[in-house]
Amino acid sequence: MSPDGPAVSLSGVTKSYGEGRGVADLDLEVAAGELVAVLGPNGAGKTTTVELMEGYRRPDRGTVRVLGLDPIRERRACLPLLGIMLQEGGIYPALSAAETLRLFAAYFRDPEPPGELLERVGLADRGRARYRHLSGGARQRLSLALALVGRPRVLFLDEPTAGMDPRSRLLTWEIIRERRSQGVTVLLTTHSMEEAERLADRVAIIDRGRLVALDSPTHLSQAAGQGLLELETVTGLTPTRLQEVRALSAVDEVSELGEARYLLRATEPARAAAAVTALLAEGGPQLRLLRVGAGSLEEVFLDLTEGPS
Amino acid sequence: MTPAPLPRAAPWPRAFRAQLRVELILLLRQGENLLVILVLPIVLLALFDGARIFPSGSGRPIDFLLPGVLTVALMSTGMVTLGISTAYQRYYRVLKRLGGAPLPRATLVGAKAAAVLLVEVGQVALLVLIGWLLFGWSGTLAPGLPIMALGALCFAALGLTLAGALRAELTLGGANGLYLVFLVVGGVVLPISHLPNWLQPLAAILPPAALSSALRSALGGGALPGAQVALLGGWTIVLGVLAATLFRWE
Repeated sequence: MSPDGPAVSLSGVTKSYGEGRGVADLDLEVAAGELVAVLGPNGAGKTTTVELMEGYRRPDRGTVRVLGLDPIRERRACLPLLGIMLQEGGIYPALSAAETLRLFAAYFRDPEPPGELLERVGLADRGRARYRHLSGGARQRLSLALALVGRPRVLFLDEPTAGMDPRSRLLTWEIIRERRSQGVTVLLTTHSMEEAERLADRVAIIDRGRLVALDSPTHLSQAAGQGLLELETVTGLTPTRLQEVRALSAVDEVSELGEARYLLRATEPARAAAAVTALLAEGGPQLRLLRVGAGSLEEVFLDLTEGPS
Repeated sequence: MTPAPLPRAAPWPRAFRAQLRVELILLLRQGENLLVILVLPIVLLALFDGARIFPSGSGRPIDFLLPGVLTVALMSTGMVTLGISTAYQRYYRVLKRLGGAPLPRATLVGAKAAAVLLVEVGQVALLVLIGWLLFGWSGTLAPGLPIMALGALCFAALGLTLAGALRAELTLGGANGLYLVFLVVGGVVLPISHLPNWLQPLAAILPPAALSSALRSALGGGALPGAQVALLGGWTIVLGVLAATLFRWE
């Protein structure tokens, strides 16, 4: 094992299932102690990417290394170092939360005490409840606890907060940050820009099996924010007004983000801002927000990935 | 920043014990499992002991019935309960998740086998005890033990073949359906001679008939039933290979 190398690396990895699914020619390195969020629309290849790293999928081409090990050929050496959270399921429905966690603890030589961990994920009072009777959020938190119980060096979390209520989500974020601060390498997939922005050191955006962006959330937002304006009006633009905005010579392109929000592209954003303000000042609708420059991660995402196919 | 020692897998006996405990809980916690594992064989024993359908001259009803009911018991645990629970563990991705934990597959499979075996030992002990105390059974158990072990293996392989070949819902239906068919044509509580003539030769070569007739001969103190044991062994090999080939972890 090479302590100085990346914790996780994919190089030239291709895995296809036919029908254009899977991932193609993926290069991605995650440094030790780094938290990388893999962001992408449904079916983009997020789960395939983590499952390649977890050793669940064998790449058609390319190499996968986790802590310097091949996760398939050196599976026995690799597995004690990993914490895995599947996207859903993976737990005996008839077993209680505490029984399940004790079982997984017994797989490791020096596990975290199951009782403490159960409390950490907010399930202390649900320990006797069987998995099938737990709410969606509680199931996810139990699944997270199973990933943590072996004190892993690398955590793979596939949509850890999907379907969670806000309270569960905040707790989960807190726990993930805590592990990250203890030096654990984390790779998580998510739909949520907010999650990626709040947690990740770097964000990898995947679309149709290809890596289309990889950078810190701040850099990504800034880079893609060049020449972008975010516009929000009190009521939505009527088709006529939208046409008029599009017709402004300073504005190159307008896309609708929904809920009276628009994303404008312009070579000279300041001039475009002035033109839009002037246009809306006469005849409305009233302007609520006009932001020039730094875009949000959401804009980057929409910009880089194609719409639902 | 990271703590020095790398996380390691537990020594296998610890993982094995924990897994065995869970496998036993899973087998015995669900009401429907207890019904087929325990209640049904006992009910069959009680119900059919009074039935006047057994071949005359071959001793008392219990001499025919106990080997049959033992066959039913092994079928219940190996084919029905193991088959269905394994299929659902795959469906719920439990097998997949365990594949991502440092639990060697051999430990998992060993724990499952041990759990099934323990349950079956309990079934056999209880049924033999009931047969002896309540129905005056007086055969010898020892010669039957290796035959029952072979039968247990055969039905476990059949259950795992179903679980490997079929989706969870179909395994549920398939295992229960086959169970009913075997109850009727297996020569377990109903002698094969009571079946329609055309069905008898087919019924006689199926695993439950092979096991129950071999057991009848062994428990009754007869000669080693070579033909039936060979037949049962053949089924076990075929089904074992099928189970190993068809089995999928996810």
